[in-house]
Amino acid sequence: MNTDHVGKTVLELKVKNHPGVMSHVCGMFARRAYNVEGILCLPPVDESEYSRIWLLVDVGEKLDQVIRQTRKLMDVVEVNQHPSLNHTVFVKLEDLFINSAGAE
Amino acid sequence: MSQAVERLNGAQIVMRFIERQGIERVAGIPGGAALPLYDALSESSIEHILTRHEQGAGFLAQGMARVTGKLAVCMASSGPGATNLVTAIADAYMDSIPVLAITAQVPQALIGTDAFQECDTFGLMLPITKHNWMVRSVEELFEVMPEAIRLAMSGRPGPVSVDIPKDVQMQEMDITVWPDPVVADTHPQAQPEQIQTMLGMLAKAKRPVLMVGGGVIHSNCSEDLLRFAEQQQLPTVASFMGLGAMPTTHPLFLSMLGMHGSRATNMVLEECDLLIGAGVRFDDRATGKISEFCPNAAIIHVDVDASELGKLKTPVLAMQADIGSVLRAYLVDSQVIDRGDWLARVDELKRGFGWPDVGDCNVFHPHGLITRLGQLVGSESNVFTDVGQHQMWTAQLFPFSRPRQWSSSGGLGTMGFGLPAAIGAALAQPDRPVLCVSGDGSIMMNVQELDTAVEHSLNVKIVIMNNQNLGMVRQQQALFYGERFCAINNRRPVDFAALAQAMGACGVDLGKVEDPDAALAEALSTPGPCLINVPICEQEMVFPMVPPGAANIEMIGE
Repeated sequence: MNTDHVGKTVLELKVKNHPGVMSHVCGMFARRAYNVEGILCLPPVDESEYSRIWLLVDVGEKLDQVIRQTRKLMDVVEVNQHPSLNHTVFVKLEDLFINSAGAE
Repeated sequence: MSQAVERLNGAQIVMRFIERQGIERVAGIPGGAALPLYDALSESSIEHILTRHEQGAGFLAQGMARVTGKLAVCMASSGPGATNLVTAIADAYMDSIPVLAITAQVPQALIGTDAFQECDTFGLMLPITKHNWMVRSVEELFEVMPEAIRLAMSGRPGPVSVDIPKDVQMQEMDITVWPDPVVADTHPQAQPEQIQTMLGMLAKAKRPVLMVGGGVIHSNCSEDLLRFAEQQQLPTVASFMGLGAMPTTHPLFLSMLGMHGSRATNMVLEECDLLIGAGVRFDDRATGKISEFCPNAAIIHVDVDASELGKLKTPVLAMQADIGSVLRAYLVDSQVIDRGDWLARVDELKRGFGWPDVGDCNVFHPHGLITRLGQLVGSESNVFTDVGQHQMWTAQLFPFSRPRQWSSSGGLGTMGFGLPAAIGAALAQPDRPVLCVSGDGSIMMNVQELDTAVEHSLNVKIVIMNNQNLGMVRQQQALFYGERFCAINNRRPVDFAALAQAMGACGVDLGKVEDPDAALAEALSTPGPCLINVPICEQEMVFPMVPPGAANIEMIGE
């Protein structure tokens, strides 16, 4: 079964697709002492100049602050807190990597 | 219609962008990877100020930016040149100072090979700038340079850095059209309904206080602030960065708040029922223990940076707006309010718990010296400090009368800031003499820049409050570590006057003259760079003081 994701949320970032973006995003979370439990990046589709990053993070009291800080990053175009509570992105990833690997 | 085509290399393009932006001088030090940049600089209209250390170049740029409010530029070569800039850039980030750092990088083919003078400048600058870039082709300069300049100047100002590999500096391209010089983004403006809410809250408040910070200085709205405070009859306190936003002699002005604010100021904040935080970020040195800061007050927080709102203190009303726009919108339909009872109470506290009377202190007492300097140095002068006890004494007692008169390393607290930043101010505003109050510890951290001041015959007066100790560390060891003094004193006095003379500056030691008052006055009025050593008793402490981690109301001393 899936890992317990209670108290977690997913931030969906639309970012400019060029070198250094991941450093800026991950560096900001690290220096603001905000833990990131999971990261998923997908390359741009349809030759778009944007990529997407999904971050699995705690719903802590500093969440609003860290979202505001993320919005300030130059390469981040959009930040959305994923509305659904079941975090489909990371649940499916776990299915793919953990559950299917175990079935082999 | 055909336009003239220019073929320029990357370095020339960088200089052209800076020139077109109206930058007149750049501080820096050349080096191997930066040679094309310096070649291009030599044929531009830009004056280069050669510092003696790259950290000096970074602070020199800060000094220019702090007194003018305009973007300033510093340059360094790759590797150690870039790492030496780091402290000054981190300092600019903490105090929101618009600085563009241009660093050279080894050629792209060598990146990642541990090449000579290679280091990850991109990685180093990343957490201490608003944004930073490594430029990978000459074409990219046309995106990066305008964007970097725009970002440094827009919203909450701050440093940006651009790292340029040597091959990109030398790569050529044809240019027909240049983009217009960059204009800062329009600030977010006050919302009318929020102004109405603020009006309502102010009308109901019995004991309101206005807290002004560096945002008011950046917003250039001190006159509006004064009118607002006077109309609303608001007792006003300043954060360290907000000093000068209101003349310190104004009847409504209290003092700096927080760790070394006056007892009266922190007591007023304890009693206030409404606090308007104008361009402040509720730094821990200002608020003390944050949960006990202004315990009885509703908070209105105005800041241009959305991420500051609610970061440390939850406001009842949060406005992401240029503080100037809020004040001007407010002034349109507000009435003069009478707050006689509250102002009487504030005056009572001010009389009972304000600064001690310094009437009979001589110049060898910190209070006496700062008071004397305040009398001798006119309001047209710019005042800089380093970091430590001398800085707090200056912040407490110097009579600041206008915005941007006061510059000091606030957020990062960098010893070594004072002298190079003062040099930057003297270059940017040659008509204004510069006073740099320093300590015997701080001055040694960038004393080499005295040579830069002499080279340009700058009107910089350095006053060293010399207690032969790292005084602020000594103070904390005395108060909180059982007087177990450690690593605060090299036990070997330096002859600072002789040091200044060795570099070609005027050097005076007030401890060795017959009439120290006359010698101080004479040294301050003699043109050119001058260092004035003033012996101070090592046991003097900055009081009052909030112990680290304590609430502001738990002040100790005097």
